[in-house]
Amino acid sequence: MAAWGLRRAPGVVLAALALPVFAGLLGTLAPAFGLMAVFGQAQPGFAIFADLLAWAGFWPALWLSFKVGLVATALSLLLVVGLVAIWQGSRSFGLFRHALAPLLAVPHAAVAFGLVFLIAPSGWVVRLLSPWATGWQRPPDLLIVQDPGGWALIAGLVVKEVPFLLLMVLAALGQSDASRAMLMARSLGYARPMAWVLAVFPLVYRQIRLPVLVVLAFSMTVVDVALILGPSTPPVLAVQITRWMNDPDLSLRMLGAAGAVVQLLLVGMAIALWLLAERGVAMFGRRWAWAGHRRGPGPVGAALVLGGAMAVLGCVVLGLMVLALWSVSGLWSFPNLWPDTMGWGQWQRHVPAAIDSLWRSCAIAVAATVVALVLALTWLEAEARFAMPIGAGGVWLLYLPLLVPQIAFLPGVQTLMLLAGVQGGVLAVTLAHILFVFPYVFLVLSAPFRAWDARLGTMGRALGASPARVFWRLRLPMLLAPVLAAMAVGMAVSVGQYLPSLMIGGGRVSTLTTEAVALASGGDRRAIGVWALLQTALALAPFAVAVLLPGLWWRNRRGMRQG
Amino acid sequence: MLKHLAGLALAAGLFVAPLQAETPQPNPADWPAVLAEARGQTVYWNAWGGSTTTNEFIAWIGQRAAEDYGVTLTHVKLSNTADAVARVLAEQQAGLTSGGAVDLIWINGPNFAAMKEAGLLFGPFAEDLPNWQLVDVAGKPVQADFTVPTDGMESPWATAQVVFMYDSADMAPLADMRALLEWARANPGRFTYPQPPDFLGTTFLKQVLYEVVDDPSVLLAPVDQADYAAVTAPLWAYIEALTPHLWRQGRAYPETGTRQIQLLADDEVALAISFSPGEASAAIANGQLPASVRTFVPSGGSIGNASFVAIPFNASAKAGAMVVANLLLSPQAQARALDPAYLGYGTVLDMARLSPEDRALFDQIDLGIATLAPDQLGAALPEPHPSWMVQIETDWIARFGGGK
Repeated sequence: MAAWGLRRAPGVVLAALALPVFAGLLGTLAPAFGLMAVFGQAQPGFAIFADLLAWAGFWPALWLSFKVGLVATALSLLLVVGLVAIWQGSRSFGLFRHALAPLLAVPHAAVAFGLVFLIAPSGWVVRLLSPWATGWQRPPDLLIVQDPGGWALIAGLVVKEVPFLLLMVLAALGQSDASRAMLMARSLGYARPMAWVLAVFPLVYRQIRLPVLVVLAFSMTVVDVALILGPSTPPVLAVQITRWMNDPDLSLRMLGAAGAVVQLLLVGMAIALWLLAERGVAMFGRRWAWAGHRRGPGPVGAALVLGGAMAVLGCVVLGLMVLALWSVSGLWSFPNLWPDTMGWGQWQRHVPAAIDSLWRSCAIAVAATVVALVLALTWLEAEARFAMPIGAGGVWLLYLPLLVPQIAFLPGVQTLMLLAGVQGGVLAVTLAHILFVFPYVFLVLSAPFRAWDARLGTMGRALGASPARVFWRLRLPMLLAPVLAAMAVGMAVSVGQYLPSLMIGGGRVSTLTTEAVALASGGDRRAIGVWALLQTALALAPFAVAVLLPGLWWRNRRGMRQG
Repeated sequence: MLKHLAGLALAAGLFVAPLQAETPQPNPADWPAVLAEARGQTVYWNAWGGSTTTNEFIAWIGQRAAEDYGVTLTHVKLSNTADAVARVLAEQQAGLTSGGAVDLIWINGPNFAAMKEAGLLFGPFAEDLPNWQLVDVAGKPVQADFTVPTDGMESPWATAQVVFMYDSADMAPLADMRALLEWARANPGRFTYPQPPDFLGTTFLKQVLYEVVDDPSVLLAPVDQADYAAVTAPLWAYIEALTPHLWRQGRAYPETGTRQIQLLADDEVALAISFSPGEASAAIANGQLPASVRTFVPSGGSIGNASFVAIPFNASAKAGAMVVANLLLSPQAQARALDPAYLGYGTVLDMARLSPEDRALFDQIDLGIATLAPDQLGAALPEPHPSWMVQIETDWIARFGGGK
């Protein structure tokens, strides 16, 4: 690409992303402030917010969203940090890492369903112990899932976010000169975990800060997991917004829009609080380092972290097994540990119908991810070559699609597409997916890309290579692992999109996820089992490539093999 | 730059006027012309996709439509009917008066009332369909949907009536809602209902209201014509008394009706409300429920309604959509829907109007082990006016759904 074009790439990309984002936001803001005539009920002002405050569940829902988001994010991060600090470099960690990566591909809703069937009073754990140990002939009436405190929801989110953050940390590790920092700290007499936390983590955290914030925003705005695991009296704010947006009484959409504005502010507040807490932790960490404590977390701490990690792994793996069992089960009554009858009927029933959507999902995911990847690489290369860093405003703009609840943001995009005469089709859905895939691809890719040691480039230039040659022959090959990780995450994100596929496609573009969510609304665990496994399989393939290929590719380059 | 973008979007969003000229509409009274126009069309039927049996029934209708009328039917599987309503609304706001994405919607109740009021529907067409002649207009709730006159803007295709599914290994049928309260007191944690605003949960509230109210006729008029507080006071007293004895003491509720079936299968509850007399039999045949499940109706009768299909004002394939609506009313389709091996939905047809061969289709159906015979099912109570549903729902959420 000519230098002229490359130099303008970030601006063009940002503009292309900004237009739908602003249209979507406008579609959110205008009704909330009474600026959009929905059934002639336009009364500019804040009246609708008064209605929102009048909802009895407003403050509890607000607090719940806030708490779930912060606790789930902090717990996930703590587990990941502890895990890597204690365990990194050992052989069993390598195995664990390979086992965890595929977990990322498991759709959120499938993890949630699996978890429910593990821990619910009629779930597998209770069945395992009943009736011989518990004496229960029927499930006990205990409130385990959907508890008012939101702890089941937090558990579900942690199970799903730990693999994501772990992948981010490992991708960042490769670009942060960790081994030398580690060596230095170890030579000063620090125990391995302490050395990692004090010397390496600060380097890594700088790179994974945005992924952490995305996890925070996601945990606060997630709808499908919250519907399955979260409390319902009242639900978290995002679920309530979805209910209003889905209500047959179309005027409630304005209330939903106002709720979305509050949700946006709430996410902003949580992020601000998180950033504040970051400083506190950093200050504490510096004091700790100055004080020179060299001892590790001790056996109890280590056991807690490892136990937590095993629980995460166990929940997902057992959850998937249970889903697989359900997909072949007939009646499965309590307290039987295994289905009363089994057969392939469900697969025979659903797979022929699924093939079509499977290919469509696949095509959309590949197309959206490739476009997003090209855009992200172009942007990052332009940024590096012309020293034009993206401003803070640009970053926030970029991540808006991830921070605004989809249900409030998408109708605006839909209206814009209708106005532009873009008919809902596979192409339109792919374009919409790019909106959500691009931030994730950029997220995964940008930190390793920027952390690439520019001196290698200087060296290449000194040996007579053009900037393009440096990019194609040095930078890109060395960044193979993060590029593949970005693609895997991008494809998983695309495969998992529900609302964009439904709303932009006008319902005419059926993907694996639109079909699966529709079936999940019926709550038939056997159908859910089949579809969730299909979804998992589709999202799994790229992760397998992302984990295995770099090792094969770099098998004769020791310095390129991390983790 | 960003300011300009925002301004542009604002201008585009707020000041758009309908651009397309009106296209000629198919006339249902001229049925041969409708059939001719429909041939080759693709109809996107937006219908709830949460049930495998329903999905398979719709796929079967699709086969018939393709073979007999050259109409391609695509089932757009929704998790919520309001998604389709929202789509049509968005198209209307964008000025898209033809070429819309939705051709046919499975609809009833408040969704229909909302679309009809907002002028989002095509029609009237229903009473011009050839198979309308077979419909049991007098005996089935096909001309009023939750008391709102259909005015031919939607075409019926199935009837539903409230029944209670119970596990006969655990309990005997109950006489009425008061007996249910007594039973719940004696068996805490063994009953729950879907959380309003789920329609089935609200239906349970309405069923209770019917049985505790002094004069049920007030429910058929809009709520503002009655003394709402006085009429519903016994309902709230009942629910207050019931809640501590519910599954999870009423601190959590199943999200939907179908999720209750799972609770019943897991033996977490022994009793659940259903809006389909054949649902329990179909679920037993499917291996979703134990064979000991049976159904009963309260002695004073239970609420019944009908499911309809409607065509949006801007549908792309109106002729094809009408052909599908008519096909749904055919004796073959209605008999298949009634059969619990396929669907287990009630028919809207009048048996007296059918030919002997067509009637035989219905007579040979085995209604299933848990399905009540038509005379045991009794007369359906009419749905209250939708305004009652809205008000009761809002009230329930304020009293029980807002985190006490």
